[in-house]
Formats: sequence, structure tokens, C-alpha cells
Amino acid sequence: MTFINYASREINCKIVYYGPGLGGKTTNLQYIYDTSAAQQKGKLISLATETERTLFFDFLPLELGTVRGFKARFHLYTVPGQVFYDASRKLILKGVDGVVFVADSQRERMDANLESLWNLEENLKSHGYDFTKIPYALQLNKRDLPDVLSVEELTRELVRKDEPIIEAVAPKGVGVFETLKAVAKQVLTDLRKSAGAG
Amino acid sequence: MPEATMIMYEEEYQQIKTILSKLRTDANAKMVFLIDKTGQQIASHGDIGNLDTTSLASLTAGNVAATDGLARLIGEKEFPVLSHEGERDNIHISVVGGRVILVVIFDERSSLGLVRLRVKRASSELNEAFERIVNKAEQEKAGLGKRNTPFTEISDDDIDRLFSDDGL
Ligand SMILES: Nc1nc2c(ncn2[C@@H]2O[C@H](COP(=O)(O)OP(=O)(O)O)[C@@H](O)[C@H]2O)c(=O)[nH]1
Ligand SMILES: [Mg+2]
Repeated sequence: MTFINYASREINCKIVYYGPGLGGKTTNLQYIYDTSAAQQKGKLISLATETERTLFFDFLPLELGTVRGFKARFHLYTVPGQVFYDASRKLILKGVDGVVFVADSQRERMDANLESLWNLEENLKSHGYDFTKIPYALQLNKRDLPDVLSVEELTRELVRKDEPIIEAVAPKGVGVFETLKAVAKQVLTDLRKSAGAG
Repeated sequence: MPEATMIMYEEEYQQIKTILSKLRTDANAKMVFLIDKTGQQIASHGDIGNLDTTSLASLTAGNVAATDGLARLIGEKEFPVLSHEGERDNIHISVVGGRVILVVIFDERSSLGLVRLRVKRASSELNEAFERIVNKAEQEKAGLGKRNTPFTEISDDDIDRLFSDDGL
């Protein structure tokens, strides 16, 4: 849910990074955190287990600049990937404005990608969202690893609509901001549309 | 789509600030916060100092969401109040009108009983304020008293600039 505050002149939007466990969601946020200027970002919060697996969510508030005199703030969340954390994943999707799906390009992770994508569609539906309409980007991560599927093979299975597709190597930052930009753009465009329609 | 944008105008913002300020004084609390259920801070009042209020908002919403999930698991509708007691400071969290979360942080100068009492009164005032916000939004949607929002004017250039400014 986009929150527009005329008093403080801020727009707040929520973006959720979704995808199979160990696909690179937390790494995306970590890279954004590491490379953003101090005045742009808040604290990166990770609710993780002792082995650094995401337990509930990671959260990073990020200020990208101003649009029409309003500060544009994006709240980035990741979900835990493991199948048994579905209840937590569902909670985090509440009020989402845009979704990034971080797919793991490794051949052996294809089933995990598909399962997670299916789970995303189900969970969006349970919150009353129409997946075909929500701002969305598909990131093909881990392009640097040896046994990865080709972009064609991945997109054939994972593309759901006309979403932007970004190849990435998250720890190196390749594709990370491009992905964020692709989804943030759609969120802001939606805002214009809904403002225009109102 | 449930994505209904929440719009807060100056007038309602000031009303909410006034309610929070009064709650803080009446409850003898250190700080009070109002947070949207998705984790965005709406307003705050008190001695914030260098407390990271953005993190506070996100973690509180996560906490409430998880507790709601627990409630449903055991067949309860919700647990409307959460409270945590620390060595010095205590935190009282309650959901107002099913919509927003009210957080009160207090120490030994107050008590749970007093906080609970004052929160009750502030909650009904806040609820009324949010009814007005929702009504206003619906009126705007229906085209009555339509304002020119700055967002109808957003151009592709504006969006591109947002990213290029920061070297993204
Ligand atoms: N080689 C390589 N490793 C990656 C890439 N992205 C993430 N990783 C690694 O994969 C592991 C899991 O990443 P993480 O971000 O925790 O996954 P999450 O479960 O989706 O949050 C970590 O060890 C990362 O360093 C990538 O693009 N290439
Ligand atoms: Mg993670």
C-alpha cells in the first residue's frame, strides 16, 4: 500500500523480494545497503537464524530522491525461502506495492524456482492481488556460476507476463539496481495512473 | 487489488499529532508512535532522540502480523494488545480499528494500568480520525471535491531522474 503523506511530503512504497531459499534475495539488499550513501538509507535489519538463513524478513528503507517535491522512500523486504516458512512469507506480502522474483539460475534449482513462483502467485491471490497487474520484475541471478541454464531456458519456464527480465550476479552488484529500478518505475507509474483515475 | 493508497493530508495529520501528544502527556509516557499495519510510520510524539524509528515501525508491524497469525492458528480473531516489560523501559502495542498500530513506550514514571486506560481513550479518537481520512479518500475517488494530486503529473523523465540523481 503506497502511503502518501502530504504533511511530511513523502511517498512510501513497499517492495518485496521473493524467490527460493539461497537464491540471493538477502544478497541483493546487502549490496544495495553497502553501496548507497548514508543519507539515503536506514538500517538493514535481518531477522535471521544463527546460520544466517532469513528467519522472518530482511528490511531496508531506502530514499531514492524526490518526485514532484515528494521524498520517494522505498521499503525493501525479503522473505524466507524455505518451504516451511510459508506463514511468514504470506505476512510479509501484506500491503506490497511491487515484487521482485529472484530466480536461481543453477540447473538443479529450477524446481525450487518453479515451486516458489507458484507459491508467490498463490499468496498474492490470498491477499486479493491480481498477479497480472502488480508491478513485478524477474531477476535471473547467479549468472556467474558454471552449471546454469541459459536465459532462454529460464525465461521459457519462469516468465508469467510482460515483466522486465534482468540478469544478475548479486554479490558483485551486477543487475541489482537495474532490478530495483525496473520494479520501482512500475510502482511510480501505477501511482500516476491511480492518481489520474481518481 | 487491495493496494488502496493511503493519503494523509495536513489537516488530519495535525489532528493525529494532537491526539498522540495528549496521550503521551496523559499516560506519562516517553514516546508514542502510530504505525500502519504494513510497517510504515505515520506519526510520532515524544523524546525520540536518536531512536531508529523506521526500524521500530517495521519490526512492530512484523511483530503484530506474526501475533495475528498465531491468534488465527489457535482460533482467536486477534490478540489486540501486546506488551513487553524491560528492565527500564516497557512497550505497549495495540491495534486501533483493525487498521493502525499504536505504540507507547514508558518507564517507571508510568504504569501498565495507566497506559492501558489512556490508550483506550486515544484509540477511539484515532479511530474517528481515520474514519475521516477514509471518507475523504472515498470522496476524492468519487470525484467529489477532487484535488489535483501532484502525481497525475509524474512524467517518465521524473522517474528516470529519480534514479540518475543517485547514480543508480
Ligand atoms: N556465485 C554467486 N553466489 C551468489 C549469488 N547471489 C547470491 N549468492 C550466494 O548465495 C548464498 C545465498 O544467498 P542469500 O542472499 O542468503 O539467499 P536468500 O536465501 O535468497 O536470501 C550466499 O552465500 C550468497 O553469497 C550470485 O549471483 N553468484
Ligand atoms: Mg535471505
